[in-house]
Amino acid sequence: MKALELLTQAIAVIVAVAAAPLFLGWVNQCRAWLQNRSAPSIWLPFRNIRKLFYKDAVIADGASPLFRAAPYLVFGAMVTAAAIIPSMGSALPLTTAADAIALVGLFATARVFLALAAMDIGTGFGSLGARREMMIGFLAEPALLMIIFVASMISSTTALQAITLNLVTQHLALYPSLAFTAIAFTMVLLAENARIPIDNPTTHLELTMIHEAMLLEYSARHLALMEWAAALKLFNYACVGFALFVPWGIAAGAGGATALLVSIPVLGAKLAAAGAVLAFIETVSAKLRLFRAPEFLATAFLFAVLGLLVHLLLGA
Amino acid sequence: MAAVAAMSLAATPEQLVLPIGLPDLPMHLRLDALSSFFLFLLGASSSGISIFAAGYFRRGEGTSPGLLCLQYHLFLASMGCVLLADDAYSFMVAWEAMALSSYFLVTTQHSRAEIRSAGFLYLLMAHIGALAILLSFGVMQGGSWQFTFDAMRAVHLSPPWAATAFLLALFGFGAKAGLVPLHVWLPEAHPAAPSPVSALMSGVMLKTAVYGVLRVSFDLLGSPDWWWGVVPLTLGLFSAVYGVVFAAAQTEMKRLLAYSSIENIGIIFTGLGLAMIFQGVGMPTLAAIALLAALYHSLNHVFMKSLLFLGTGAVLHSTGERNLGRLGGLIHRMPWVAWLTLIGVLALAGLPPLNGFVSEWLLLQAFLFAHEVPRTFVNMLLPLGAAVVALAAALAAYVMVKFFGVIFLGRPREPSLAGAHDAGMLERIGLVWLAAGCVVLGLLPTQVIHVLRVVVAQLLRAPLAPESGPWWLLAPLPQRHVSYSAAIFLAAIAAVVLITVGTVRLLYHRRERRAPFWDCGFGPLTPRTQDTAEGFGQPIRHIFGVFFAMTRELPSAFDPAPRYRVMVGDRIWQGIYLPMGMLVQRVADALAWLQQGRIATYLLYSFITLLLMLALVL
Repeated sequence: MKALELLTQAIAVIVAVAAAPLFLGWVNQCRAWLQNRSAPSIWLPFRNIRKLFYKDAVIADGASPLFRAAPYLVFGAMVTAAAIIPSMGSALPLTTAADAIALVGLFATARVFLALAAMDIGTGFGSLGARREMMIGFLAEPALLMIIFVASMISSTTALQAITLNLVTQHLALYPSLAFTAIAFTMVLLAENARIPIDNPTTHLELTMIHEAMLLEYSARHLALMEWAAALKLFNYACVGFALFVPWGIAAGAGGATALLVSIPVLGAKLAAAGAVLAFIETVSAKLRLFRAPEFLATAFLFAVLGLLVHLLLGA
Repeated sequence: MAAVAAMSLAATPEQLVLPIGLPDLPMHLRLDALSSFFLFLLGASSSGISIFAAGYFRRGEGTSPGLLCLQYHLFLASMGCVLLADDAYSFMVAWEAMALSSYFLVTTQHSRAEIRSAGFLYLLMAHIGALAILLSFGVMQGGSWQFTFDAMRAVHLSPPWAATAFLLALFGFGAKAGLVPLHVWLPEAHPAAPSPVSALMSGVMLKTAVYGVLRVSFDLLGSPDWWWGVVPLTLGLFSAVYGVVFAAAQTEMKRLLAYSSIENIGIIFTGLGLAMIFQGVGMPTLAAIALLAALYHSLNHVFMKSLLFLGTGAVLHSTGERNLGRLGGLIHRMPWVAWLTLIGVLALAGLPPLNGFVSEWLLLQAFLFAHEVPRTFVNMLLPLGAAVVALAAALAAYVMVKFFGVIFLGRPREPSLAGAHDAGMLERIGLVWLAAGCVVLGLLPTQVIHVLRVVVAQLLRAPLAPESGPWWLLAPLPQRHVSYSAAIFLAAIAAVVLITVGTVRLLYHRRERRAPFWDCGFGPLTPRTQDTAEGFGQPIRHIFGVFFAMTRELPSAFDPAPRYRVMVGDRIWQGIYLPMGMLVQRVADALAWLQQGRIATYLLYSFITLLLMLALVL
């Protein structure tokens, strides 16, 4: 059993690292179809990363060691996050070491290092991006925590794998509170991953960019790691969403190797659906002005509070 | 000193009656688990701070080093006495000695007018607080006229009187701790003091107020009512957000840290309040967790805040600059200070696997089960408190990125910074000691909690459930399957990072070159294009505009020399303190006609007083 747990853990990490750029490629492809453009290949993010790894690194004058360490730290944080989230099997050895609150803390750590690295060179863009990213961060974090609280109250634990296990093993029940929080979670996901109503992943216009502004000084392998980490973050958020709201298909506790094998295509199907929905949301909505972001995330927070009240009043 | 306290933590309470002081009024001293914990906190941090101060004061700041040294040690000793006192008299004597010695330390640079006024404000608030504490002790003796703490424990007060005593104590200690709205002195006095003293005041002296509240509410008054807890909880949550929002708007590095102290005190009081609520409704397990969170955060805050204050002290000495807008790029000039400060910054931002995260994690766990409190409305509002804590923590990360990014990263904003030099050897040792404290407290939470449990058991007067689980796993609520392990967490991240670095190095070439940064083709950009402290705080001013009293001066389109000015003020200062000060002034003016300045008039006053007394007596 122990060997199977370790195997699940290893597979979870490998699948996450490999599938994250693919998921990003799939979202871009869907978006192109919806916008009547000819779609880029689903492998494009991979090719991009490979290309970047072959290039010579250009490092700005006055960069401190923090600037060079940050891509590795951010990437490492995201891979660790992928190891904690029960995406395919719930029996992960690492999940005892960190619960959902620690996961939020891990995302925050990555964000802080990203922002510090952006301020390191000393350009206007870097500090602008860092400031905006930290702003989105402190707006999104309370909302994310409320979402986790609602799910935790239903299962009376903050351990992600226990929440998932609890939702999977009981008979199919619909929680209205979870429906509200799912909406809130989608909004937080969009904001945290620099998607369209808050940030535009394809623009380099200084009035609007947040995430890209922080990466301007990075090149070659550092940039590749940063982009890979961004893809992993999106993948991780999607998997947290699956774990909290659509946990069916995850190999529960004593499922054994076959359940694990089944869970991989199930995850693929969920990711495909989620990617399509994400592309749809991004296509039909317009980018918000920066100072509308507080309203957007306050709405997300209110949805989560609504879910909380529904749970406390109706017990559902 | 820390070692002594650590050894006595598990021992039985010791009592000592010193035959000093006034006749028939010996000083009672007592060392129990609670005071041992706070003594440990005092000793552990002050050893780091003192080593740093030994290097720091040599380079002179205001008062002559000899006198400064005397005041410094008097301050330390009086804080120790506050923690050891076992009767109201010696407590108040030590408390006043602490206030006075720190007043003289705050006014070290007394030649500057703003420092004198900061010191005066501090003295005023300290005395208003001390009066409230004195009144609280007066209520607690309950007619027995015995002022030892033992007598107070034995007295049973009726609920309204107990509540009065608690609220008075909360007011008095809250004024010392800097709870909003009694915080106004804190951002003035802490930056005025020399940096090691700021570290002691922010790190340790505020904790003596926490100690006072714990001593009064859990120990002397016995069993708190549940609604008592609502008061510190509300004030704590408000202080947390208020402090951090103001910290984000500051432009001076020590003021920023002072406001951040208000935030952390808010978090500690939130934990205290939550513990009282749980204890009052009979949920001791959760009360223990909330109390653990509060104590743990007190301990953490001592280390991280002292570390940051000392870091700013090193920067101040090296550059002579305390304005964030004139610093920058110091990570190249002062690598030791920068990297050690980074640890404090990450810890204060509440990031795993450092210590700030552990206490916040415990607090959030306590909040998570607050909906089980058997009181309607309360159980629905309490979980929202968790969101406030999360907001404060996330904002703290914002503030810390601003603090570290503007001081140490980027390019130097002034040419004079090129001459900055790193801290001396003694200062480095002090910083390393405190940074090591942050890391150890973060990585070994189970061991720390094992020690803290003694204190919690004493306060709640109930033995706690035995610990379970392996040494590396923090699982305070075994039946809930919740656990956190900082060591494994760190190991996992470190392993992944190392594998990534190794793979990248192995598989790909390492060619790289240096080039100027990208200037968008405009030509050289000056360091002025970087965000200043004001610029970085701008989103906060925009979003939390209601907190600030802002006056803006915008230039018109035709100004030949356009000037943009924003003045950020504190609404509480303008709304409460200024009117109150005016009122006092007016009353004083009205009474001033009594003071005629002639001997005959004063003799007349004495005569009338005598007549009145005689009339009363007869």
